[in-house]
Amino acid sequence: MDYEFHWNIVFQNMPELLNGAFVTLHVSVLAMFLGVVIAILLAIAKMNNSKPFCYVATVWVEVARNTPALFQIYMAYFGLGAFGIHLSPYVAVLSALVFINAGYLTETFRGGFQSIPATQYSASKSLGMTSIQAYRYIILPQMLRRIYHPMTNQFVWSILMSSLGILVGMSELSGTTQRLQSLSFRTLEFFIVAAVMYFVITKLVLFTSSLLARRLFKGEI
Amino acid sequence: MISVQNVHKSFGDLEVLKGVSLDVEKGEVVSVIGGSGSGKSTLLYCINAIETINSGKILVDGVDVHAKETNKDKLRQKLGMVFQQWNSFPHMTVLENAALAPRIVKKMSRDEAMEIAKKELEHVGLGDKLDVYPTKMSGGQQQRLAIARALAMKPDYMLLDEVTSALDPELVGEVLDTLRLLAEEGMTMICVTHEMGFARDVSDRVAYFHQGVIAEIGEARQVITDPQNPLTQKFLSKVR
Repeated sequence: MDYEFHWNIVFQNMPELLNGAFVTLHVSVLAMFLGVVIAILLAIAKMNNSKPFCYVATVWVEVARNTPALFQIYMAYFGLGAFGIHLSPYVAVLSALVFINAGYLTETFRGGFQSIPATQYSASKSLGMTSIQAYRYIILPQMLRRIYHPMTNQFVWSILMSSLGILVGMSELSGTTQRLQSLSFRTLEFFIVAAVMYFVITKLVLFTSSLLARRLFKGEI
Repeated sequence: MISVQNVHKSFGDLEVLKGVSLDVEKGEVVSVIGGSGSGKSTLLYCINAIETINSGKILVDGVDVHAKETNKDKLRQKLGMVFQQWNSFPHMTVLENAALAPRIVKKMSRDEAMEIAKKELEHVGLGDKLDVYPTKMSGGQQQRLAIARALAMKPDYMLLDEVTSALDPELVGEVLDTLRLLAEEGMTMICVTHEMGFARDVSDRVAYFHQGVIAEIGEARQVITDPQNPLTQKFLSKVR
C-alpha cells in the first residue's frame, strides 16, 4: 500500500466540516422532533374508528415505510419543483426525514399505546380526568418510556439518512465533505474524518438520550 | 342518593343487565354478590358512566348519569371507583398517584393536593410508603393505594369492584379492614364482592345478582344467613 495520507488539508477545512456536522445535527433534531409529534397524532388516528383519519394515517405509514428514502427526498426536491413548489435543499431533506420518521414511529407508538392496559385509562377516567388529561398524565408518559429505545434508534437512523442530502446539494456533513474532497482530491482523508464525525454525533445523541432517560424515568414499569 | 331504575344493558347480543333497579341511600353500604357473568360489575361501570346503558335510568343525586348534557368527568369526581386490578399508575410514586387527580382535576395547588393525598394515604395505612413506587409494593398495599387515591377526590360514593378478588389470600384482610373503616366513617359504598363474611358484617343490605337481575335483596345478615330465594340459597351453599 503506497497511499500517502495528507491530513493537513482536512484540518485547514475543519471549521467548514464542523459547520456541516452542525447542519446534520440540526436537521436531524428538527426532523425527529416534528416526526415524533406527527407520529403521535398518526398513531392516535390509526387507532381511531373515524375512517378518514385512519385512512390518511395508513397511507402515510405504508408509503413512508415501503419506498426508499432517496425517492422521498427526490420527490420533495425535484417532484414538488415540477409543480412550481421550490424547496431549498434543507427544507426538502427535512420534510422527507419528517415524513419517514413519522411513518416509522407511528407503528412504534401504536404498539406502545396498545401495550398500556386499557384499565389505566378507565382508572384515570374514574378519577374525573378528561380524555386529554388521561393521555397527557397517564398513558403518554408510560408509553414514551416503553418506546424510548426504539425511538432513539430511529433518531440515529435519521442522522445517518440525512447524508442523502448530498444528492440534492445540501451542505450538511456529507455534502460539505463531498465538496471539499473534490477541491483537494484527498477523498479518503475527508471521508474518514466525516465518518468519525458521524460516529461522534450518534454516540453523543445516544449518550444524551440515556442521561435524559435516567432523569425522566425514575419510576419502574 | 344513587338510584338505578330498570336498567338494561347489552354487549352485542348478550343482555347483561335485564331490568335492574336499586336505590342506595347516603351513608348506606350495599354489597352485591352473585356468580361471575351475572352483571354485577357491569352495573358499577354503568353507574360510573364508563359503560353506556341501553334503556332505563341512573340518577346520582338527581343527575341523570347517561343524559347527553351531563358532564360525566365532573360527575365521576363524586364517584370514587376501585377496580379488581388495582390499576396503580406505575410511573408515579405512591404520593403522586394519590395527589394527581386533586391537582389536575380539582385544580388544587401542589401543596394542597399533596397534603390531602398524604392524609388519605395515612388513613389507609400507607403513611410510610409515600415515596415508594407502587410496583415495589404488594397487591394489598397497591389496592389500599387505589382506595386512598379515590378518597383523595373526596367522593360522596365509593364503587368497589371485587377489590379483593385478585389478591393473595393473606392480603385480603388488610384491604377489607380498610373498607370496614370507611363503612364505620359513614362512607356510602356499593361493593361487588365474593367475601360473604364481609358482606354480612359490614354492609347494611345485600343484593344477590342472578343472570342480569336482582334475584334477592334485603338486610345483609338475613340475605346471607337466611336467604328466601332458592337461587340465593343454591349460590350461597356453593360459595360456603
